[in-house]
Amino acid sequence: MNTATNMQNQSTALSISPRLAKNVRRNIKERVIELILMLAALSAVFTTFAIVAILLYESLGFFKVVSLVEFFTSTEWTPLFEDAHYGIMPLVSGTLTTSAVALAVAVPVGTIGAIYLSEFASHKTREIVKPMLELLVGVPTIAFGYFALLFVTPLLQKVFPELPGFNMLSAGIVMGVMIVPYIASVAEDAMRAVPMSMREGSYAMGATRFQTAIRVVTPAAVSGIVAAYILAISRAVGETMVVAVAAGQQPTLTFNPMDGAATITAYIVQVAMGDLPHGSIGYQSIFAAGLVLFALTLGFNIIGHIVRKKFREQY
Amino acid sequence: MINATTALKAESRDLNFFYSNGNQALKSVSMPLYENKITALIGPSGCGKSTFLRCFNRMHDLYPGNKYEGQIVMHPDNTNILEAGVDPIEVRMRISMVFQKPNPFPKSIFENVAYGLRVRGEKNKRTVADKVEEALKGAALWNEVKDRQQDLAFNLSGGQQQRLCIARALATDPEIMLFDEPTSALDPIATANIEELMSELKSKLTILVVTHNMQQAARVSDYTAYMYLGEMMEYGDTDTIFTRPTRKETEDYITGKFG
Repeated sequence: MNTATNMQNQSTALSISPRLAKNVRRNIKERVIELILMLAALSAVFTTFAIVAILLYESLGFFKVVSLVEFFTSTEWTPLFEDAHYGIMPLVSGTLTTSAVALAVAVPVGTIGAIYLSEFASHKTREIVKPMLELLVGVPTIAFGYFALLFVTPLLQKVFPELPGFNMLSAGIVMGVMIVPYIASVAEDAMRAVPMSMREGSYAMGATRFQTAIRVVTPAAVSGIVAAYILAISRAVGETMVVAVAAGQQPTLTFNPMDGAATITAYIVQVAMGDLPHGSIGYQSIFAAGLVLFALTLGFNIIGHIVRKKFREQY
Repeated sequence: MINATTALKAESRDLNFFYSNGNQALKSVSMPLYENKITALIGPSGCGKSTFLRCFNRMHDLYPGNKYEGQIVMHPDNTNILEAGVDPIEVRMRISMVFQKPNPFPKSIFENVAYGLRVRGEKNKRTVADKVEEALKGAALWNEVKDRQQDLAFNLSGGQQQRLCIARALATDPEIMLFDEPTSALDPIATANIEELMSELKSKLTILVVTHNMQQAARVSDYTAYMYLGEMMEYGDTDTIFTRPTRKETEDYITGKFG
């Protein structure tokens, strides 16, 4: 008891030495830096929320006129015609079909490319091929669009003579080629991040390079590879120019890639280029379409996130 | 000295090794490897003992520009496994390796052990399952994992993972097993387990082990080689090396005067 009070007295009696006192100026500086960093980080979050808010606000006006039932069940999308129909499904089918064609091209080619670059190519080859592949990303998408319309479609028409000039097949294939570098680059980074010790373990068991790449490296990098696929899906769903130019702009409810059809993005760009009175139903329809696009991308991202968590990096 | 009745399993003859940057990591290293014995390689960091070990399963082939000179002769084939006409994959099928840090694959416990068999194209489920069980038993891991063979290997403790890697290496019935500092990432109990395991394994195969831990070399090995700066300084049976080394350098290293 006595000693306890003694110690208390001692601690209250002590004054803080100036050399150990809090440095006010440094503390303020730290706070300011923290605030700046936080603002920079929040700007992206804020922008996202602002976009969602505007989409929701403008769509609200749209859904006052058009019922949700009509929106999701009508098989026609003709908001600018006399006889207006507001069924989003033709645009969704166009978006999903072109994206599916694109992914059917990009996922195998991109993944195989990543495996080659990461596991087979010599250092020198990789240093040459990878930047070239990434150069593809820099090509304006409008160029890809006309490449699809003026080069790939005629080529495809030699194989399928009945193929119309505007079709989702050609747009999807070219979009797939466009996405290959995304998949190859991100997936290759993931594979190269797999520790060498794991590869050595496989080789030491008498495995070949191919067996090591397929049975050990790819499963170990699966989380990063899935991330690459998600990025690719988002790119395909959101891609505008290629589909607007090459797939036609006629909203058609079809999942046949041999048909022409409009995607959500193609519709938005088409309407936005015309002059529609602000606040009209046609104007508001692009926000409703945009909201669906947003929901679609968000949905794929969430699925992807779940898949990634399931196969998180395991080394 | 060396028991004349023990058979030679492999032997390096005047082995030189050069890394791709031109560094000579091994200088005319000659050493026998006796069948069903444990040979330990000791020496300070950077002396070339791991480099030497990795010559035996041609691990250096994975990195371009590395060069071997001299011979590692494997018996009973009486073949120099460094020869250009020798397939490193065939060598690795017969000489397996356990690494410094446990490196299980991102697969289930079962599939980790089955890996070598799968790579060899073994399709028979019964054979694979039997071999896996046998290997897990051989690596003293069976009792701990027999009810959860489908669990991910990463869920095992460090010591268990290392025994899993031993089981993986055992499953294909190798003739020689290389251990590259197999216990340096493990706690003392796990280390004791691995050492005990090595002593049991030598009835089935020949072991070459690199170790930083001299007590470990003294405890487990039958023969010890002391390497320094890429050269084989002294080789002999372990008792002799640790009690009456012929060279001053060996004695200095063993007694902790340097290294």
